[in-house]
Amino acid sequence: MTGHNHFRLGLVLLMAPLLIWLLSLIFIPHIDMLFLSLSEKVAPRVYETGLSNYAAFFNEPLYWNTFARTAVMSILATFLTLLIGFPVSYYIAKMVRGRVRAFLFIMCMIPFWVSELVRTFGWMILLRETGVISSFLVFTGLSEGPVELLYNDVTIMVGLVYTSMLFMVVPLVTTLDSLDDSLVEAGYDLGGNGLRVLRKVIIPHAMPGIVSGCIVVFMLSLGNYLTPVLLGGKDSMWFTEQIYTQFITRFNWEQGAAFGFLLLILSSLIVWGGLKITRQTLSNTMG
Amino acid sequence: MSDTTRDPAIDLECRELTKYFGNFCAVDNISFSIPAGSFFSILGPSGCGKTTLLRMLAGFQEPTSGELSIKGRSMLGVPPNKRPVNMVFQHLALFPMMTVGENIAYGLECQGVDKALILQKVQSVLERVGLPDAINKKPDQLSGGQKQRIAIARCLVLEPDVLLLDEPLGALDLKLREHMKVELKQLQNQFNTTFIYITHDQSEALVMSDQVAVMNNGKFEQVGTPQELYYSPQTDFVAAFVGENNRWRASVRGAEGAVLELELPNGMTFKGTAARKEAFGAGDLVDVFVRPEAIMLSKTQVDTATFDNVLEGQVDCLLFDGANSRVLVKESNGNHEVNVTLPQTGEFNDLQEGQTIYLGWQQAQAKCFPARDFSVEE
Repeated sequence: MTGHNHFRLGLVLLMAPLLIWLLSLIFIPHIDMLFLSLSEKVAPRVYETGLSNYAAFFNEPLYWNTFARTAVMSILATFLTLLIGFPVSYYIAKMVRGRVRAFLFIMCMIPFWVSELVRTFGWMILLRETGVISSFLVFTGLSEGPVELLYNDVTIMVGLVYTSMLFMVVPLVTTLDSLDDSLVEAGYDLGGNGLRVLRKVIIPHAMPGIVSGCIVVFMLSLGNYLTPVLLGGKDSMWFTEQIYTQFITRFNWEQGAAFGFLLLILSSLIVWGGLKITRQTLSNTMG
Repeated sequence: MSDTTRDPAIDLECRELTKYFGNFCAVDNISFSIPAGSFFSILGPSGCGKTTLLRMLAGFQEPTSGELSIKGRSMLGVPPNKRPVNMVFQHLALFPMMTVGENIAYGLECQGVDKALILQKVQSVLERVGLPDAINKKPDQLSGGQKQRIAIARCLVLEPDVLLLDEPLGALDLKLREHMKVELKQLQNQFNTTFIYITHDQSEALVMSDQVAVMNNGKFEQVGTPQELYYSPQTDFVAAFVGENNRWRASVRGAEGAVLELELPNGMTFKGTAARKEAFGAGDLVDVFVRPEAIMLSKTQVDTATFDNVLEGQVDCLLFDGANSRVLVKESNGNHEVNVTLPQTGEFNDLQEGQTIYLGWQQAQAKCFPARDFSVEE
């Protein structure tokens, strides 16, 4: 009996830092945010409980258009990251061995040693009107005048895919690494062509990695603030930008909190939907 | 397939097949042909190049030089998915995310067979391997032996010209392995497909095969029936690798045709036979191979009229292993040790260490090869 109690006490003590962290940094702020989002300002310093902050979102087309646009762009970014990341990961996990492999993996990681802000400024130096690419085009005569490559959706997409790549490659390399080479060989040996082996053998095996990579990349894109704002400019129409505006520029914390909650619900719903479509469960993707 | 002038009964033929990895020669100028419907084994220690050879037959590796043809059609440059061969992998490589039925159907789908016909074929092949109810099971729900049968069924349903097997029994425990040997042989008879089986386990090769090739250092040492390999090995490596053997270094005192008068370093003399048609002269060094089971054990003096070589010695050590029990006998005047199989007829059950015992063997059972240093590691 006492032994059992000792064990329980030890467990609680070991868990304490994690619990305190979760409680103070995640749980309590969210409770506070929830209450904040449910309070309406009726007069200066006078608040009532109500859903008007949420109603404002549905009544103002700009808000939910931004919302929908953010979701669609994030899904597209996730899909593009997967499309580019999969062959890269397959090459690293299956085609190369030893030092080359470690080298390529590190090459994927090196950009993440500098902060996201610096990386995004790097893109700006390349893409702005007076930037490297524009100057090069003018210099070679391919373009008559300077070209502005910043502040459009394609640039946002490039930035998002670039920022997320590592988070797709790491889980993919891990799952592809565990794929037995003889399964791929058996796939060919029994008469399958490359496409069939990919579809029937490689992708089903890599599915947990694909899904977990996609979840992470999707979350990162949806909640990204720097990349859309810096590369997309004022018209980037990213939902996090709306939240920022409400909190910082408008000082309307109630509205900002409601938007924050809507973003949380949206991302959860999309992840849930993605898991349902791919018939995966959260436990076998993250496990 | 009548585009060939060669013997149509030959399923697979290799001529001067060679494979280099950098400077290392894994397969060295091998030529052989395999008749249709036979069970052909390639037996060799690990690292002898047998896996490379098999992977070249399957198409996963291209030979550096040489010719490889199946049913008269050259296979050089033909990718693995276009070859009429299928392979049972060492760890079987059943697709874990598919059911047994889907695993077997995979190859048929690749061939574009009609859905209804696929189901029919899958069911019929499952019945033939004795697992009619396994169609909806996942591979991890099957036992080792059942997985084995599914892996073979998955290949045989495609009716390949040649089935390649890469040590598929290696992962099984002893009892099951013994059982699967018989079953594999039966499956081969039943489907009448040419099997090429590679293994380092001589018992698997001897039990199942019509023909065995013993491979060492990228070359075939000898190709023959299991009996030929066992009774008349043509090289010292085959003598040492196939079955058990006493291996002694002796010098020739005199030769009378193939019969040699031999002397061991400790002075013991006996008679042996040259294994090949080589002539030995006095003073030549030879390696002598005598099988432990070819030596007669007796508690009483052995009659020299029935045996060419007789020996008196003491039991040095008893190595009891049921039917495979051995006795190490030390010669009375000298330290020479002889490894002898202990007959389980009941007569020797009370054998004691130190007891005097008599040995006898025929000169034909002592096979002599020119002396050469090599080791047989598995």
